[in-house]
Amino acid sequence: MIAVADLTFTYPNSVTIFEGFSWHVARGEVWAVIGESGCGKSTLLMLIAGLHQPTAGSVLVAGERLERPRPSTGLILQDYGLLPWATVWDNVALGLKIRRFYGPDGKHAPAGEDLATWAERVDHWLARLNIAHVARRYPNQISGGQRQRTAIARTLVLRPDLLLMDEPFGALDAVTREDLQALTMELHTEQGLTTVIVTHNIEDAATMGQRILVLGQFPHRRAVTVDNPAAGQPGHRTSAEFLAICNHLRSLLGGVSDEPA
Amino acid sequence: MSRRDLGLGLLTTLVLWQLLAWVIGRTVFPPPAKVLAAFVQDIPGDLGRHFLISAWRVSAAIILSVLTAVPLGLGLGQIATLNRLFSPLIYIVYPIPKIVLLPVILVLLGSGDTSKIFIIAIILFFQVLVVVRDAAADLRPELILSVRSIGAGRRALYRFVYLPAAIPAVLTALRVSVGTAIAVLFIAESFATTSGLGYYIITETWGVLKYAEMYSGVLAMSLLGLSLYFVVDVLDRRLCPWREAR
Repeated sequence: MIAVADLTFTYPNSVTIFEGFSWHVARGEVWAVIGESGCGKSTLLMLIAGLHQPTAGSVLVAGERLERPRPSTGLILQDYGLLPWATVWDNVALGLKIRRFYGPDGKHAPAGEDLATWAERVDHWLARLNIAHVARRYPNQISGGQRQRTAIARTLVLRPDLLLMDEPFGALDAVTREDLQALTMELHTEQGLTTVIVTHNIEDAATMGQRILVLGQFPHRRAVTVDNPAAGQPGHRTSAEFLAICNHLRSLLGGVSDEPA
Repeated sequence: MSRRDLGLGLLTTLVLWQLLAWVIGRTVFPPPAKVLAAFVQDIPGDLGRHFLISAWRVSAAIILSVLTAVPLGLGLGQIATLNRLFSPLIYIVYPIPKIVLLPVILVLLGSGDTSKIFIIAIILFFQVLVVVRDAAADLRPELILSVRSIGAGRRALYRFVYLPAAIPAVLTALRVSVGTAIAVLFIAESFATTSGLGYYIITETWGVLKYAEMYSGVLAMSLLGLSLYFVVDVLDRRLCPWREAR
């Protein structure tokens, strides 16, 4: 689904984040990308989303090189990116309105998509994410959890095959966080979505990521990965395996090195 | 503001006015009753005509300035190169009191409606331009990124992000500058013209010592300003319900 090959990315201020970096995500996998803030994990997400272009090397999503955001990739950013002047309903409908605005041109919107029932699709996802009762409110009138649900609904209504989330649970209280983590895993199973979650939180990564990419200090030259196949299964969070993964991640983050071992 | 508060404010104004009229006790400061009588008598005739002419001039200027300043402000706010090119110019020109250009504009555009509309429009233009530019530049990059990620190109960003973000900025700019617009209108109408409330106040009434009538012109001008505020308020509530919803 995602093939990062020999990627080099340098910011205009000449900070090199990736240098000859390769990484591969198979269809249907749930990945967590963990690292301290400023380590370049959001940059990786932007590259996969098509919002940044590689300096060298390639980022292929579903076999295609990205020149602009791909219509079937869903991106959910840390602060939700909701329009403050639009109601929850209108925020969820935004992507479909944009598709109607351009028409199914294959560039901004998938070619041949039937948008006749777009309003029903919005209603469906509002109900599925349990925010139908706040549909007429504005983002500043609802809770952080509801805002995050709105952002997820806005993405899923576009029927993506790849979901990218940047610190999706960062600003939420513990109960809401676990609730939304469970929801994300449910949606993953239900929709077969390939999912990449960027986080700086070790427990979030170990809870959600069936595979985990660990990013230490940049420039990143090779992908350090940890397998965590039990993620998302009932009881995982209280298992000994979960603690072991957390400790392993902690030690990796303390000493991720690009020097060959 | 509630209707009750508005009535209370009106009552206070009238009482203070009456008190001042007693204290000053000269024909140059007539009491409200006299002025209101003159107003009621003249508004269906001459005063009403001048009111409509002034209202047209200031409304045309507002529309003209918004239609030109909004696209330009959005462009400057979002295209960094454009802003780098023009912001020094705006910085220098913005503080120039545009009213001093009135004599030049009268020569260039004549003494008709065009020159009056133009002078008000350029003053409002800069106010709206600067506020809209800043509003467009202040949009969080995350917001733009996330809307781009769901498929928006430049055209859709203007339609779904920049334009709606500009509306409250425009209304704020208008709220602040409606008073200035009316003041400029008064100056522009006070010479080299034969119509408008400024002309009515300076030439038709003050010039011939008809003080009660002069104040009815002042009253008409205040009502013009008040109704413009009112329109901006209604538009704000209509177009930006989310601003009240905090």
